[in-house]
Amino acid sequence: MKVNGRFVELVKGQTLYNFILLQKFDLATIAVERNGEIVPKATFKEILLENEDNLEIVRFVGGG
Amino acid sequence: MKITVNGKEMDLNWRTAFEVREQIGEPTDIVILNGFQIDQDSPISENDCLSIIRKGIMPTEEELESMMMARHTPNVHKRLKQSKVAIAGLGGLGSNIAVMLARIGVGQLLLVDFDIVEPSNLNRQSYYISHLGLPKTIALKKQLEEINPFIKIETETVKITEENVKQLFNGYDIICEAFDKPDQKSMLINTALELLPNSKIVSGSGMAGYESSNLIKTTNPMKRLYLCGDLENAARVGRGLMAPRVNICAGHQANMILRLLIGIEDI
Repeated sequence: MKVNGRFVELVKGQTLYNFILLQKFDLATIAVERNGEIVPKATFKEILLENEDNLEIVRFVGGG
Repeated sequence: MKITVNGKEMDLNWRTAFEVREQIGEPTDIVILNGFQIDQDSPISENDCLSIIRKGIMPTEEELESMMMARHTPNVHKRLKQSKVAIAGLGGLGSNIAVMLARIGVGQLLLVDFDIVEPSNLNRQSYYISHLGLPKTIALKKQLEEINPFIKIETETVKITEENVKQLFNGYDIICEAFDKPDQKSMLINTALELLPNSKIVSGSGMAGYESSNLIKTTNPMKRLYLCGDLENAARVGRGLMAPRVNICAGHQANMILRLLIGIEDI
């Protein structure tokens, strides 16, 4: 699977939700695009990741 | 030959910009030809736009608008005048972005913030002592009217939540995300990308402290999301937000908005 432009080894049967937690992202401060479409946060637990997936995970930092 | 002089179309026989100034103005008047102030005489041709501006004199409203327009490339100005942009959050990023968008003549701005102006804002935000205690929406609107009275400014003094994003920003092709807190940034961006399929978002992330200016850049990590900043340097204890980098980031956002408004999607 591709994440932010890099190939990563995907554990079979992993949900997007588990992947995000495992990678130590803070759910509250990110946005995820999967194969060119924004993924609603409410659906993270239902999405089973696949080898062909292309994820873009953006993390926002404070200040403005 | 037909040219536009100070906002009025005229049929003239003079062949250079300075000849026009000699005939209708004073030798010390400023001459702006097609958006550019010239110091040396230049030939003029059909459909040129010329402004002859007297220094230090308050012009009439009509003359003022044509003078302000004269500083913009003519076709760019027309597009910007018809554009509208929503700004979510009127802190260090949002207030400075709003000032820039008003200066370039974006025709309609929506300013959204729930907060009031406080002393701790003055280190980087576009507010003055005289604004302390006022809602930021009102304080900013007052300034923008002093900068460019020919644009429409709407305000919403409310807190932006998942529930009101759609209703607030529906119909805005460009939403400028200018919040302070990262979870708020995430909330607005996720909600707007999900619910407003025609909107593009120009956001700021990472501009605290005094690291190199050159770390701040414009990126396009997702469809319809433009992200400006160094993407790393969060505001925290010991690394506060300071005017220079906040303004650099605001400049990136304002320029990306300008590019999008004239149809350039490339960063």
